[in-house]
Amino acid sequence: MQRIDRLGALLSLVAACALALAPLVVLKANRIVPGQPQALLDVLPAWTVLLLYGVLATAATVALRVQAPRVRLVVALTGMITLALAVATAANDLTPEGNRVLRVAPGAGFWIVMIALGLLATDALTRLKPGPLLRVVILVVVLAALLAALGSGFFDDLSIMREYAVNATRFAREARQHLMLALGSLAAAVMVALPLGVFCHRQPRLKAAVLGTLNFVQTIPSIALFGILMAPLAALAAAWPALASIGVSGIGTAPAAIALFLYSLLPIVGNTVVGLARVSPATVDAAHGMGLTDWQTLRQVELPLALPTILTGIRIVLVQNIGLVTIAALIGGGGFGTFVFQGIGQTAIDLVLLGAIPVVVLAFSASVVLDAIADLTRRVPR
Amino acid sequence: MITIERICKRYDLTTVVDDVSMLIEPRTITVIVGTSGSGKSTLLRMINRLVEPTSGRVLIDGKDTRKEPAHLLRRRIGYAIQGLGLFPHRTVADNIATVPRLLGWDDARVRARVNELLEVFQLDPAAYAAKFPHELSGGQQQRVGVARALAAGPNVLLMDEPFGALDPIIRSKAQDDLLDIQRRFGTTVIVVTHDMDEAFRLGDRVAVMSQGRLLQHDRPEALITKPADPFVSQLIGSGDKSLKLLSLTTAGEIAEPGSADGPAVTSSTSLRDVLAELVWRGASAATVVGPDGVAIGHIKLASILAHGRQAS
Repeated sequence: MQRIDRLGALLSLVAACALALAPLVVLKANRIVPGQPQALLDVLPAWTVLLLYGVLATAATVALRVQAPRVRLVVALTGMITLALAVATAANDLTPEGNRVLRVAPGAGFWIVMIALGLLATDALTRLKPGPLLRVVILVVVLAALLAALGSGFFDDLSIMREYAVNATRFAREARQHLMLALGSLAAAVMVALPLGVFCHRQPRLKAAVLGTLNFVQTIPSIALFGILMAPLAALAAAWPALASIGVSGIGTAPAAIALFLYSLLPIVGNTVVGLARVSPATVDAAHGMGLTDWQTLRQVELPLALPTILTGIRIVLVQNIGLVTIAALIGGGGFGTFVFQGIGQTAIDLVLLGAIPVVVLAFSASVVLDAIADLTRRVPR
Repeated sequence: MITIERICKRYDLTTVVDDVSMLIEPRTITVIVGTSGSGKSTLLRMINRLVEPTSGRVLIDGKDTRKEPAHLLRRRIGYAIQGLGLFPHRTVADNIATVPRLLGWDDARVRARVNELLEVFQLDPAAYAAKFPHELSGGQQQRVGVARALAAGPNVLLMDEPFGALDPIIRSKAQDDLLDIQRRFGTTVIVVTHDMDEAFRLGDRVAVMSQGRLLQHDRPEALITKPADPFVSQLIGSGDKSLKLLSLTTAGEIAEPGSADGPAVTSSTSLRDVLAELVWRGASAATVVGPDGVAIGHIKLASILAHGRQAS
């Protein structure tokens, strides 16, 4: 008898429970009231529902019994597309022409089955072991397909897209702000942390002090750090109007950028130190012995060999920053967090999702891209 | 000519190298041998100033090594170490090109030199120039390490346990290669090792170190026949002294005129190997032939035995 795939069993079980217990589609009278679960059979033609369940059952069977990663990838993707189309069709059918108040939202069942299928697809992709460049290409294709699908208008009757339609201009602005805060604080941190890491490597006595301090910073909860920075920055801005004129104030971008910068230091400094320490002493000795100066040894030998490890640190920071910027919205830092906190305030869950989903997609994309870059720089097997 | 004058290295209270003076003749191989912690590596590293002496000085061709910046001095001195220290992120060709590039050679000259060295070290440039060190065998990596050290044609080559990581067969081949290369380029080579057999095989001169002091610096035969210190004889070992001594002399050196019935040996064969051949064949004399196969004399078993008795 063929072995049953363990991950496939778990995912199938979770998805089956979700389908049995949670709705795929929820109908709400307006954007803030709790919704009524809708049975798909009441909304869609019977053959469509049968087709959907057939596709999902096939996916479950393949997940359980078929090992070939390509087949698993194809059924997972087919499942995700079919489910998305089914829910969107239901939304289109449920929404009366011209009604802007009624909301049709994907239910908990939809999200859980989607996540299960997504994990199945990711696992299949991992088993295919694509090279770094191919991974980036796959990411770009998937993102492009997603954007094209959302841009086609077919999904416009879903509640999240309704929220997007209302907030479209703000969405672009907050997206820019989110990226600027995450990337800007990262760039500043790299410029400080890289030299600091090299310094710690050369001066082992200072290493403990520097890493200890940064470790302590890392343990301060983000909301607390935002709060701690508010008072001194406000005082600074009040004392020197010049600072205030370039944007320094107790709330807003300045404390957010500073906090993100501080959180970014430890992973980069730490990974720089580890990466440099991993370079074989014989290699460094040979470099000096052949007449490379200290600076040449650092630039031509030590840094290139430590680069994959340093890039891993940068990846950690970027993913962490993309998440943390969300919280920065609390102190007026802007970014996708604005939607999340507004949504919480209005008990409008669709608005929360409008902020949260792009953050997840951004963090995931950043991780894939930087992972690929780190792999490309790793000319030497570990 | 390398002159080491009363050189010392102290770290706080420990003296690692204690008042060592040495004269190293150009175009010779000098082997510094000693147990671990004897200060032999430190002595070597003070020649290219990877370690700065506490006192004393090193002169190369009469010029004090402290007269120029350390990194410029090192570019004129070849350096190869155990574990090689090849740059894992650079190709074989780029590794070998390290010092020529530091010296600002133009690309065509660098490429020509890299190809020349790869040929000398029996590595086909077409197959190996673009490979990375981890794609090579241990023996190939070792050859690249030495090729890199010789890339800019240095007069002096320093080697710290260069064959330490090799298995016995490849090691023996690497030692032969080094002797060939040294003869071909006329480089002054200084090798550090803990292996007395290696010292005898390679060294025109052998320097024995213990606890930071230089006990004896002499021709290898002299270490056996006239050890300056009990530690020297202990290091050489008492069991096969005579065989070691025989291994230092070639058949050509003690051949007598006229031929003999018996196996033919080439003039470059060591007396130790001639003896083994005679014992194996049950013969009492061997004919010595030149590289061209023409007989140039003969060797009697008795004269080999007499030669080996100098050891006692």
